[in-house]
Amino acid sequence: MTTTDLPAGRARTRTASSKRPKRQREGAAWVFLSPWVLGAAVLTLLPMAVSLYLSFTDYDLFNAPHWVGLRNYTQMFTEDPRYWRSVGTTLTYVVIAVPLQLGLALVVALALKNMKRGKGFYRSAFYAPSLLGASMSVALVWRAIFNDGGTVDHLLGTGGWVNRPGWALLAVALLTVWQFGAPMVIFLAGLQQIPGELYEAAQVDGASRWRQFLSITVPMLSPVIFFNLVLQTIQAFQVFTPAFAVSAGKGGPADSTLFYTLYLYDRGFVASHMGYASAMAWVLLLVIGAVTAVLFRTSRSWVFYASEGDR
Amino acid sequence: MTTQTRTPTRTPVSTSTAGAREPIAWRRFALHAGCLAALLVMLYPLAWLLATSLKPANEVIASLNLLPSHLEWSNYTTALDGVNDVSVWRLLGNSLLIAGGAVLGNVLSCSLAAYAFARLRFRFRGPLFAFMIATIMLPHHAVLIPQYIIFNKLGMVNTYWPLILPKFLATEAFFVFLIVQFMRGLPRELEEAARIDGCGPFRSFFLVVLPLTRPALITTAIFTFIWTWNDFFTQLIYLFSPEKFTLTLALRSFVDASSQSAFGPMFAMSVIALLPIVLFFLAFQRFLVEGMANSGIKG
Repeated sequence: MTTTDLPAGRARTRTASSKRPKRQREGAAWVFLSPWVLGAAVLTLLPMAVSLYLSFTDYDLFNAPHWVGLRNYTQMFTEDPRYWRSVGTTLTYVVIAVPLQLGLALVVALALKNMKRGKGFYRSAFYAPSLLGASMSVALVWRAIFNDGGTVDHLLGTGGWVNRPGWALLAVALLTVWQFGAPMVIFLAGLQQIPGELYEAAQVDGASRWRQFLSITVPMLSPVIFFNLVLQTIQAFQVFTPAFAVSAGKGGPADSTLFYTLYLYDRGFVASHMGYASAMAWVLLLVIGAVTAVLFRTSRSWVFYASEGDR
Repeated sequence: MTTQTRTPTRTPVSTSTAGAREPIAWRRFALHAGCLAALLVMLYPLAWLLATSLKPANEVIASLNLLPSHLEWSNYTTALDGVNDVSVWRLLGNSLLIAGGAVLGNVLSCSLAAYAFARLRFRFRGPLFAFMIATIMLPHHAVLIPQYIIFNKLGMVNTYWPLILPKFLATEAFFVFLIVQFMRGLPRELEEAARIDGCGPFRSFFLVVLPLTRPALITTAIFTFIWTWNDFFTQLIYLFSPEKFTLTLALRSFVDASSQSAFGPMFAMSVIALLPIVLFFLAFQRFLVEGMANSGIKG
């Protein structure tokens, strides 16, 4: 499109390029960045500040926010058993679902690693649920399979899981575990980068397969394990769609699937307590930040970066 | 790759290699059998969905048989009528419009930001990049309510703008990161050559870098499509007129409104809602799998 004015542009810039002030090139960078800067300012930073402010107010979206100090927080922590219920549910879910999902992802990745035929097929097939599982369609299937008279009831005789407190949470966790394909693909890519000579040397030294796994695979893969752990943990804290589908948005039975985000939605958008929901959002932000920070801190003792060995 | 890789024998070098062949073949067979068995279990929910969408009403709950006694196509004709007097075609169109807008927005805005981060020098580049990465970890809920208030004040609630507009502002940092990673792998010489030929940063972006970044852009487009298509939370909050509903939202109201007799049509609609993702997956699985793999191993 702009090729016609190329010669003119060429002549102009050739004389100017060597002396062109840095500031001008910097100007170009800001043009490229402008959508992102606008988005970060208006849709990220400003909303964060506003939600912090709102968390100290009573706000129903129609009347002006009314400053109440720490009341939302004190109410949350001391007077609202459903809040603690949602915290317990979410933490239980994270602790069950994330290790199971990552463990399965690692086992399958190890199984596929040295496979010569069919690896590409399995890799794609195991990955498919990671894309489909986030949909309402599959969440509804899950509800039906784990319901009274559903397949799981028939096979295990355990009754309908989604109608029983405790079991309903497990059904949601299993839906997450089912989506182990995404971390598995990342593990597999990481495994492929470990130099084969390390294993050959270990074999010459007579190391058992278990020894090789502990002394070569785990340390070499630790950055990828860490990456998956952080990413999946953060995502697990925010699970919503399956919780909504399993209980038709109510968080039942007996609040056993009242996930944190479901309760936040309920307080903010059903009950119109935007201030309270903002306080919940900020606690979630702080908890996720704290968990991430703890993971990063512990990572120093177990994550091994080959390229930064001389740090 | 074709050469015999490490023999996975437990015993070290001292054993004779002649006898090792048989256990390897057996082990390989067991591995494939295990993988196939795992796949069967994993694909069961999807098979169940497909089968149930074709079952007559009295077999949906009562029978454990996966296969229906006869194919009940009327489930699909009922599903095509839609929910709340809105046809499936309308719902499908709404979903496509939102997903298409999101794809366009993300590809455009994320590639612009990524180019600046990957190739250009500017003040505060380091801190801004760190901030951008940090927003990947930021829970959506921390910005959700004020964003809702902003869109409400702009009169955009119950329109598609809140679902599309943010994508034009590179708010999905994951994709910026993905494209940055890809651009860093491109040879710098090409841009230097372009610069010597008189290309400024804009022309070298559009004419040199962007065409080479195509794999990352395709990955971004497909992931954006699938994630937007599957999204439920944002749509639930911003849309409330049935004629503006997406397939996902319609499925939800299907659940609330109907008894078990409508199970067949509901799952027929679920199949329709899942179909675009399945087709995208089959067509672009290479990009999807590699895009996912690349997100974790560099950086």
